[in-house]
Amino acid sequence: MLMKLLSGDAPRSRVLTVILMAILFCLAFAPFLFPGVRSVDTAARICVFILLVASYDLILGYGGIVSFAHTMFFGMGAYGVALACTHMERGFGALIVGASGGAILAALIAFLIGLFSLRVRAIFFAMITLAVASAVAVLVSQLSGLTGGEDGLTYKIPRELTPAFRFGKETFGGEILGVKTNGRLLAYYVVFTGALVLFLLLLRIVNSPFGRVLQAIRENDFRAEAVGYRVISYRTAATCISAAVAALAGALYAIWLRYVGPDTALSFEIMVDILLMVVIGGMGTMYGAVIGATLFVVAQNYLQGLMGAASSAVEGVPILPDLLSADRWLLWLGLLFILSVYFFPTGVVGRLRDGK
Amino acid sequence: MSAAPEHAPTMARANLAERIAPWLPMLLVPLVMLTGLILIPSGSSWLTLTVSGLAMGMMIFIMASGMTLVFGLMDVINFGHGVFISVGAFVGVSVLLMLAGMTAAPSLFLNLLAMLLAIIAAALATGALGWAFERVIVKPVYGAHLKQILVTMGGLIVVEQLIIVLWGPEEIYILRPEALKGAVTFAGAALEKYRLVAVAVGLALFLTMRFVLRRTKIGLIVRAGVENGEMVEALGYRLRLVFIGVFVAGSALAGLGGVMWGLYQEVITAHMGQQMMILIFIVVIIGGLGSVEGCFIGALLVGLLQNYVAFLEPKAALISNIGLMVAILMWRPQGMIPVVKAK
Amino acid sequence: MSDPILTLQGVYTDIAQYHILQGVDLQVPRGEVTMLLGRNGVGKTTTLRTIMGHWRAKAGKVMFDGRDIAALPTPAIARMGVGFVPENMGIFSDLTVEENMVLAAVSGPIDAGRLDWIFAAFPPLKTFWKSHAGNLSGGQKQMLSIARAMVEERQLYLIDEPTKGLAPAIISTMARALRELKQQGASILLVEQNFSVAKALGDSCVVMDDGRVSWSGAMAELAASAELQERLMGLSMEAHQ
Repeated sequence: MLMKLLSGDAPRSRVLTVILMAILFCLAFAPFLFPGVRSVDTAARICVFILLVASYDLILGYGGIVSFAHTMFFGMGAYGVALACTHMERGFGALIVGASGGAILAALIAFLIGLFSLRVRAIFFAMITLAVASAVAVLVSQLSGLTGGEDGLTYKIPRELTPAFRFGKETFGGEILGVKTNGRLLAYYVVFTGALVLFLLLLRIVNSPFGRVLQAIRENDFRAEAVGYRVISYRTAATCISAAVAALAGALYAIWLRYVGPDTALSFEIMVDILLMVVIGGMGTMYGAVIGATLFVVAQNYLQGLMGAASSAVEGVPILPDLLSADRWLLWLGLLFILSVYFFPTGVVGRLRDGK
Repeated sequence: MSAAPEHAPTMARANLAERIAPWLPMLLVPLVMLTGLILIPSGSSWLTLTVSGLAMGMMIFIMASGMTLVFGLMDVINFGHGVFISVGAFVGVSVLLMLAGMTAAPSLFLNLLAMLLAIIAAALATGALGWAFERVIVKPVYGAHLKQILVTMGGLIVVEQLIIVLWGPEEIYILRPEALKGAVTFAGAALEKYRLVAVAVGLALFLTMRFVLRRTKIGLIVRAGVENGEMVEALGYRLRLVFIGVFVAGSALAGLGGVMWGLYQEVITAHMGQQMMILIFIVVIIGGLGSVEGCFIGALLVGLLQNYVAFLEPKAALISNIGLMVAILMWRPQGMIPVVKAK
Repeated sequence: MSDPILTLQGVYTDIAQYHILQGVDLQVPRGEVTMLLGRNGVGKTTTLRTIMGHWRAKAGKVMFDGRDIAALPTPAIARMGVGFVPENMGIFSDLTVEENMVLAAVSGPIDAGRLDWIFAAFPPLKTFWKSHAGNLSGGQKQMLSIARAMVEERQLYLIDEPTKGLAPAIISTMARALRELKQQGASILLVEQNFSVAKALGDSCVVMDDGRVSWSGAMAELAASAELQERLMGLSMEAHQ
């Protein structure tokens, strides 16, 4: 039963299994284990990013294609929900319309980009996605009438998912283990369940015949073509699926935040974050997404503070405080990223599997 | 001479078709200019826009040329190329700020001298950085595109952050040298002096590059290496060394372009190179990866189109470049001047 | 006779996961034309590319002029005096015939006397001197490819199937040029499928099968024995012509 859920793709390392179970356990019961606005927020962010990174791993790790438009697809889902909630009647219908609209648009655009770039060379895809994603980011900030520009959009999601909605007063007194049973709790479980189901779906996809062909293409596209697989079709299909799932992750994020803006849904920094998570976790493993996203989001939340402390500790020394300042977080991430690609290309998951 | 005549007809046939095809992209530039002339209501606005489009195109070409050659020669795709633009701009502008006395003087000679010094400093700094970048970041990942893209992107982020550490996070505003401020009036159109200088410098660099590639042995090695590097090595040339030279020269050119671009915008930021990369990618893709001529034509097309469209429909300017790219790739999927690659 | 110009001892070469050369031993005597024969896919081209350093030998020695060159980079091998004419000819089609030749003259300007000799051997190169090499016909490209190797004196020429797909008239032009090259004292290792050309040019002969050398000896001996040809190369070479 469990193996069936995982599509037969076991973690294949005892340590990894334990870590994954621990993460699953923590996320599943996060509101009860770590009550508090900030920590539940972190847990939701981890759920969303696990899904987002896993969808990116589908094209990078399994397909061998670098895309810089993944944030754009993520943003399409987020803005889809935001726009639907702004312009439609408040309710779950708006969420569904927004999420599916964003996902369809993302898949369509991925298809078009793939059509133009993948038939020539896979590296075109990287360049063209970067160009298109930047153009879209600029467009979103220009079309402020529709998208709210730099300020973004704030909107109302169904009342059942907001803190104002309370339930279960009669049955269990409005509290479970000291946690208030309100709409926010429901919203968290919408995010968690959505991410879990879609992650298992991705796992199913990479372990299907389709996923195996994709990996064969990554290893040697020339041979895969010679054997008779239509390389372009497979790669394009993978980018479309990946884009659609990224958009759904964006939709979940929009439901959780009740706000979208360029910084939370479109910025290039999110793209860098995704790249880092997938490389650190381990490309082409899916479970790497879980490890990478969890490590990264936790580190981002707590390490930046640590860097700030380190920076003030070395005050007076030339340049060092600037290097260690929390604003220079990206500098160290960049270094870590380069070193991981060189020395750690299989990521945490690869290492754990090698070491059993 | 018995064999020659019998083969001559084959030659001539191939020639005709092949002679015309490469000229088509070059005709696009006047075609776009002509379309602009028809659509833009006033002739003087058209002239102003054309000059600024050409200036922009030339600067993009300077920044992009190194990247396309580096790719052609060793199949190395450098996503960090843009960082040389930023570093060049910061170094050059710092020099100009130090030479404030010279730039503020109303003497064309002193102004140009200051600019020259700034450009040399920028080119030296980015050339050296390019060398280090090649040795440290690119060399370990020769032959692996996926890793190249990831690692050079990482390099871009790190160097960008280092710029912020050294120069601070704020943008730096810079005034153009005194004699290059303002505009000259020609046929009723105001032409900014600086743009004219940019066109002249860009054209001079393009012609120099063309001369080096066509008429010198090192140019022959580079052109031959783009097509079949293995054979160049089998003749006895150390292509790796040539490649490092091209990488350094390309980085220096990007730095030079960065100074010029900074003065054009009159403001520089650490992210300017990364922002320019979008246009550079479009230019090298539509030009044909590895082709210097294609890169030149592509840059001019992008510059002109951007200026015309920004005048006619400001919000569509950025999208126009994407549209141009799509149109060209539909016409020629490998870019306007596809580079011949030996199998 | 002095020692051979080139000796391969137990050379193994892998391409990706395939073991292509599995212990090649062969010798190229000085001043002779050595034919490298065998069916398609037995490793002839790989042998030449391994000597040239395009592919690295996993094990074994490649002795050129008394020195092991197995680990040297390709340009260094070329500069020691090895001329290479690859199977795909390696023409720079974006360059003119002249530029191709200038590039091939590694150590300086082209020697006028040598150029006259080349023009006499391959007249079309003179006719199309300023044309793009990409516009040449197949035979002319092959002439250019060999002419490039001939433009400077080399000790050893590695030539991969120079007559492949060419018309008989051009094949005889090729053969004449190669004979002249040999008369100048050069040593040649020649891969050839056309047995009549091989017979006419070769002094000695090395036959490969399945990544190894299956027979070596005098060309005359192989040419004389139809039974030997049948056994070494499967098909009778007469059928090949």
